[in-house]
Amino acid sequence: MRLTQGAFSFLPDLTDEQIARQVQYCIDKGWAVNIEFTDDPHPRNTYWEMWGMPMFDVKDAAGVMFELNECRKAYGGRNYIRVSAFDSTHTWESLRLSFLTDRPADEPGFALERQEVDGRTIRYTTRSYAAMRPEGARY
Amino acid sequence: MDAITDEPRPADADERIDFRAEFARSGLADIFDELDRDLVGLAPVKSRLREIAALLLVDRARARFGLGASSPTLHMSFTGNPGTGKTTVALRMAEILHKLGYVRKGHLVTVTRDDLVGQYIGHTAPKTKEILKKAMGGVLFIDEAYYLYRPENERDYGQEAIEILLQVMENQRDDLVVILAGYGDRMERFFTANPGFRSRVAHHIDFPDYSGDELAAIGGRLLDGMGYVMSPEAEAAFARYIELRKVQPHFANGRSIRNALDRARLRQANRLFASERPVSRDELVTLEAADILASRVFSGGIDSYPPLK
Repeated sequence: MRLTQGAFSFLPDLTDEQIARQVQYCIDKGWAVNIEFTDDPHPRNTYWEMWGMPMFDVKDAAGVMFELNECRKAYGGRNYIRVSAFDSTHTWESLRLSFLTDRPADEPGFALERQEVDGRTIRYTTRSYAAMRPEGARY
Repeated sequence: MDAITDEPRPADADERIDFRAEFARSGLADIFDELDRDLVGLAPVKSRLREIAALLLVDRARARFGLGASSPTLHMSFTGNPGTGKTTVALRMAEILHKLGYVRKGHLVTVTRDDLVGQYIGHTAPKTKEILKKAMGGVLFIDEAYYLYRPENERDYGQEAIEILLQVMENQRDDLVVILAGYGDRMERFFTANPGFRSRVAHHIDFPDYSGDELAAIGGRLLDGMGYVMSPEAEAAFARYIELRKVQPHFANGRSIRNALDRARLRQANRLFASERPVSRDELVTLEAADILASRVFSGGIDSYPPLK
């Protein structure tokens, strides 16, 4: 099952050139670009591992692409990698854009568990099939 | 990630391309007029820049006919004596290359050994990469580049920084331009010890020493910038000052001129303060011959601090 999180996720995967254009847009807006990765793609898993520091002082997308490629060398094919852009201006102080750049070759998807409680009430839980295996051995 | 920002229009096989018109249209003419106006002398530097601009125009024209054009290597090394304008030109270079379309952003990151080389094992690579990332899309200016290589210490981390630099200079030629600067003889030794650098740096530009007239012209511009003028007598005295100072040791071309003018301003301020009468606007902006002639250079000493004699 194809993971759809963040912007552009219903589009075909972005090419490097398209990623660079998006990153340049973020830099031109004055946002700090981050590279993050994880092997636990649960929708409530908001905080992914960061690849290095947020790039506050990079002026050109080439610098971010350099780091993205370094991250791919280490985690590509085994982890999800996303690029996010943080707007530090007062009252925003949050992410303005986040999109996936890399996904594992095989995405097993999620199971939906229904727990019956108190009469006819049902509680729902989503569980990633991948996360059933230990960290590092998931994809 | 295209180095040349605007896509050239395809041309028919029998079309003729007028370089004069292209030159005017690209805004390069303005850049070179500005350069001639702002920088005194430096003929070899200016002619090299014109060559680079011509290459860009030819490359664009070739692209229009569908002929292959690879982006040229633009890494440079600036060598020359102290005060010949290496840093000043590097600052302009980023702007020029940006207008030429060779670099995307046109910012300049100035670094020295301290910014690239770490203090313990494993510290150098992240530090160098951080700087390179910051410089991407612009120009990385490494001042006193020969300090990167310390032959007397084989465990020096400078070598690691050099290797990373070389790798990025080779693989990401489209993303940044590296300018190395330093004094002629030491850069020569640096290149001899690092053959990789010599072959990856395409443009070796030597900054010549300025002539007396050029130094006087530089002095005039500096004064303009500071909002001062010289009286005719002061100008004559300054020309003599330059002739005397030039042959003395520790002469640093443009920098010596700037220091001399700073000292002249100091003496002028002192003179006005000591005169104990109201001063006019003209007096405030005019340097007199006395302000120049009080220099130690005229009495055979060296105009520097701390005094050398």
